[in-house]
Amino acid sequence: MLEVHRLACLKGDRLLFRDLAFRLHAGGLLRVAGPNGVGKTSLLRLATGLAMAEAGEILWRGESIRRVREAFHGELLYLGHAAALNDLLSPLENLRFACAAAGDATDEEACIEALVRIGLADQLDLPARVLSQGQRRRVGLARLFLSAHRPLWVLDEPFTALDVHAVADLAATLSAHCAAGGMVMLTTHQDAPFARAPEVLDVGVFAC
Amino acid sequence: MLSTFLAVLRRDLLLAWRGRADVLVTLAFFTIVVCLFPFGVGAEPNQLRAIAPGVLWVAALLACLLSLHRLFAQDYVDGTLEQLLLSSEPAALWVMAKVLAFWLSTGLPVVAVAPAMGLLLDLEQGGLPVLILSLLLGTPILALLGAVGAALTLGLRGGGMLLALLVLPLFVPVLIFGAGAVEAELSGTGAAAHLLLLGGGLAGALALAPVACAAALRISTD
Repeated sequence: MLEVHRLACLKGDRLLFRDLAFRLHAGGLLRVAGPNGVGKTSLLRLATGLAMAEAGEILWRGESIRRVREAFHGELLYLGHAAALNDLLSPLENLRFACAAAGDATDEEACIEALVRIGLADQLDLPARVLSQGQRRRVGLARLFLSAHRPLWVLDEPFTALDVHAVADLAATLSAHCAAGGMVMLTTHQDAPFARAPEVLDVGVFAC
Repeated sequence: MLSTFLAVLRRDLLLAWRGRADVLVTLAFFTIVVCLFPFGVGAEPNQLRAIAPGVLWVAALLACLLSLHRLFAQDYVDGTLEQLLLSSEPAALWVMAKVLAFWLSTGLPVVAVAPAMGLLLDLEQGGLPVLILSLLLGTPILALLGAVGAALTLGLRGGGMLLALLVLPLFVPVLIFGAGAVEAELSGTGAAAHLLLLGGGLAGALALAPVACAAALRISTD
């Protein structure tokens, strides 16, 4: 379970939000909402431990994520704005590296299967620089299929640049992860067809 | 634990191979800087022989500095660095892999062409083995110290200039003992003391720099 207490975020010298609190239980799907610039991405980065909070604390299974960082990161999958793709490597090489770097045992078959499932069967060996925005996004999302054992998924705008079918597929994947006891925290400006309506956390309410 | 190290090492070496033009640029830079000296100070063999160790070392140091900013820049821009920082493996480990790959793809080629450049400056034959040894011990220190600087200046405007200001003073001891080793060998006092000091410096840098670099990367991506 992810718990956030009285969180405050400072960006430059501007306080974005304060006293932000929420709980994400097993099976929960949380949509972080709010207008541009309110601090949605900052909140996600705080929740992953990439950024330091100005005040407040974030607990994973009752322990501060600062104290149990390595265990927490072993149970977390974060996909940010940037797709973490190197243009000189193929989607398959990028995906295998992403899994290995995160500390997962990778098997080439599983990576190929994930890329085929996300719809990149014809682009496996092309350099990533020739992919379209939507295809680049898909390479990142292919990690979802290989990360079912990580309970907490934190996704920043996962639906951006995806076509209608891909949005539906992704929503189904996320719903299935939650149904299996996982947790998903995401930002999006788009309505996606989730099996169950997500809880909504409006960051604007806590804005300063 | 070793799998992350090997994955990062393999990927960075593969990237260095696919972007091998960058490696050639570094080598060309090293060669040209060394070649400038005979034009500047005159082609008097005795004079060139005297300045050869220092010139080769300064050129190697500048070649290393020239490519340092590439160490984390691309990974920072494309988000790979964030993913690496979220790895459940210790950050110092993959930082070490990145620095090793960097040294193998920029430091080692420079060490490989250094003897040829030594002959160009008429460095005595007896000095060449010590030159190679001192570069083999010294350039990894430059890469390790430089990595900390590169991590601290990541994402800053004008970071390249700042990086140079930050790490060049730290390179001074390495330069003194590196060039000093060759001069000591040629003057007959023996290079052992200089090489041992370089070795000690390398051991210290190996132990401390990856941890410092990992901490600096966390600050830079915050």
